[in-house]
Amino acid sequence: MFDTDNAKNTMTQTDIKFSAKNVQVFYGENHAIKDVNVELEDKTVTAFIGPSGCGKSTFLRCLNRMNDTIDICKVKGDILLDGEDIYDKRVDPVQLRAKVGMVFQKPNPFPKSIYDNVAYGPRIHGLARSKAELDEIVEKSLRGAAIWNEVKDRLDAPGTGLSGGQQQRLCIARAIATKPEVLLMDEPCSALDPIATAQVEELIDDLRKDFSVVIVTHSMQQAARVSQKTAFFHLGNLVEFGETPQIFTNPEDERTESYITGRIG
Amino acid sequence: MTDMATNNDIVPPAKSSLLALDARTQRRNREESTFKALGLGAVGIGMLFLLILLTTIVSNGVGAFTQTFINVPVYLDPAKLDKKGERNLDDIKKVSTFGYSPLVLNGLLELVQENGIDTPFEKSKQMKSLVSASAAAKVRDYVIANPDQIGETVTFNLLAASRVDGYLKDRVKREDVARDKNISAEHLDLVDELVKAGIVKKGFNWSFITGADASESRAEQAGIGVAMMGSFFMMLVVLLLSLPIGVAASIYLEEFAPQNKFTDLIEVNISNLAAVPSIVFGILGLAVFIQFMHLPQSAPLVGGLVLTLMTLPTIIISTRAALKAVPSSIRQAALGVGASKMQSVFHHVLPLAMPGILTGTIIGLAQALGETAPLLLIGMVGYIASNPPDGIVSGFMDPNSAMPAQIYEWAKRADPAYYERAWGGIIILLLFLLTMNVIAVILRRRFERRW
Repeated sequence: MFDTDNAKNTMTQTDIKFSAKNVQVFYGENHAIKDVNVELEDKTVTAFIGPSGCGKSTFLRCLNRMNDTIDICKVKGDILLDGEDIYDKRVDPVQLRAKVGMVFQKPNPFPKSIYDNVAYGPRIHGLARSKAELDEIVEKSLRGAAIWNEVKDRLDAPGTGLSGGQQQRLCIARAIATKPEVLLMDEPCSALDPIATAQVEELIDDLRKDFSVVIVTHSMQQAARVSQKTAFFHLGNLVEFGETPQIFTNPEDERTESYITGRIG
Repeated sequence: MTDMATNNDIVPPAKSSLLALDARTQRRNREESTFKALGLGAVGIGMLFLLILLTTIVSNGVGAFTQTFINVPVYLDPAKLDKKGERNLDDIKKVSTFGYSPLVLNGLLELVQENGIDTPFEKSKQMKSLVSASAAAKVRDYVIANPDQIGETVTFNLLAASRVDGYLKDRVKREDVARDKNISAEHLDLVDELVKAGIVKKGFNWSFITGADASESRAEQAGIGVAMMGSFFMMLVVLLLSLPIGVAASIYLEEFAPQNKFTDLIEVNISNLAAVPSIVFGILGLAVFIQFMHLPQSAPLVGGLVLTLMTLPTIIISTRAALKAVPSSIRQAALGVGASKMQSVFHHVLPLAMPGILTGTIIGLAQALGETAPLLLIGMVGYIASNPPDGIVSGFMDPNSAMPAQIYEWAKRADPAYYERAWGGIIILLLFLLTMNVIAVILRRRFERRW
C-alpha cells in the first residue's frame, strides 16, 4: 500500500538541528499544541502528518516564528536551533527566518519578474556584492529548485505567469536563495497536479543534501515517499515520531495505526 | 422563499408535459420579468435625469464660451494721451481710463459714419451703451505697453457691452429694452447694422477661461481663470498634505497597529469623520487656522488646509481598503524569506496597493475640488478675485476664490448675463472632475495587477 521502497531511508548524519522541549501553543483560549518534544535531524526530510487541525502546521510555523505575526498566538517551552533558543528575547525573528526558510501551501510568487523573485532575499540580506554575484545566486537557486531549464530564457517574465508547479518550484528557489539551513514546507504540493507534485517531491529529495527539510503533508503516500522521519500529530499531541518505514509498517501507537489505515482523520 | 410550499400543499404530481408551462412556473416567470422591467425602468429614469442634466448644463453654459467683440480703429490722440509730447511713461500713466473712453467711442462713431449706417446717434457718448466698460482699460494697457504707437490709429478687438452680447445671444429681447436704462431699441438697430457690416462679431471667449472675475456692471469681462488658480493652489495643499498623512496613517493602522479598543475607537472615528458635513470642517478651519493661528483670510492655503481635513478620511478609508485587498500570502512570502515587517510593507504590499491608493486620492481630490460650503466660512466665497496671483507664495497666501465659489457668486448676481457664466463655470468644473475621474480609471486599469 505504501511505496516505502522508493524513499531514500538511509541516514547520512545524525546531528540534531531543531530540538523542541515541552512546546505548548495557545491561540487565545485554544490549546493548539500540547507538550511536544521532538528532535529534528540535519540533512534529513522529516514529515509531519496528521488529520486536519491536529497542529502540524502550527508547530511548523513555530520553527521560524511565523506565528509571531498572529497577535493571539502564544508559544511556551523551548525550541532550540543548533542549541540556541529561538524564542530568546535577543533573537530577531527576521534573522531567524533567513536561516529557516519557508515554502507555503499555495504558491505565492511576488508579482515581479522571475529574477526579482529569487533575487529579493539575497538583496535584502546583502548576500551579493555585485550584479554578477547576484546572477550566480539566482542561477544556482533556480537550478537547485530544478526549474532553471524552464525559465532561463525568460527571467524577466512575471513569476505569476508560470504554471502552478513551476510557481511552487520558483518559491522553493526563492527560499533556498537566502542560503537557509532548514527549509520548512507547509503542504507544498496540495495545490499542484500529480505531475508537478512528482517534480517537487523529487526536488525535496535532492534538497536533503544541503538542507534539513521539514514538510507538512496531508498525503501519507507523500510522507512515505519523501521522508526519512515521520511525526504523527493528533489533536495537538505528538503521538508518535520515528523512522518513516517504522511508522508506516509497524506503528507503536494505535492512533497512528488507525490514521494510516484510514480509520480516523 | 415565496415559492416554498407548506406540507399540506403537497399532492402527488400528475403526469405533466415538459412542453406546457405549469401555473407555478408561469407565475415565477411573470415575477422575474416584472422585476427585470422594474430594474430597467429604474436605470432608464436615472439615465433620463442624467441626460436632462447634461443638456441643461451644456445648453445654458455653452454661451459663456462665445462673446461678442467689436472691431474698432482707435486714433490714439497725442493731445489727450501725452500732452507734453515727451513719451514719458510716467506722464502717459497719469491719463486714466476716463481719458481713453472718448477715444474709443469717437472711433466707433466714425466707423459707423464711414460705413454709411443710418442712425439717429450723432454724439460719441451715445455709443457708450455698445462698448464694454473694460474697453478703455484694454486700450490704455496697450498704450502703456507700446507708447510709440501714440498718434497712430490702431484697430482693437474690444468686448461689446453685455446687453449687446445678450441681444445677439437672444437673452435680451427687443420688447424688454423699453424699460432698460442701459440700451435702447435704436441701439439694437445699430447693432443689427454693425453685424451686417461685419464690425460686430461673435468669437471664442478665451478670457472666460483665463480671466478674472469682474464687478457686477461688466458681466462681459468676467472669467473663471483666477478662481481656477485658487482651486489649483488649494488642490496642491490638499495633495501634499493629505496623501502622505493619509497613507502613513493607513499603513500604520492596517499593518502595524495592534488590535485593541484604542485602535477600534480610532477606526470608528475615522469612518464617522467621513460623514461629517463639510461646513463643520469650515467652521473648524475658521476657528483654528484663522482665529487661532492667524493665517490670512480667503487664502488658498487655509482653504487647502480645511479641505485636507475633509479629504483625509476618504483617503484613509480607500487606502486601507487597498491594503486589505493585497493577499496575505504576499506578506507571508516576504516574511518567509526574512524581510522585516517594514520591508514587506514597502517592497511588496504598498506597490500592489498603489493603484487603489491613487484612485482613492483622486476621488478625494475631486470631491474637495467641488466643495463650496467650507470655503464660505473662511472667506473664499464672495471675494472678487480680480488679479491673478503673481507668484507661488502669493498663490498660496493672497486672497482668492475657488471655482465652485466663483460659480456660486455668479449665480447670486442680479444681471442675467452672469447666469450664463455660472453655467459656463459649471461646464469647466465638470470637465476637471471628469478628467480626474478618467485619470483614476486609467491608473487603476494600467497598474492593477492580478495574482
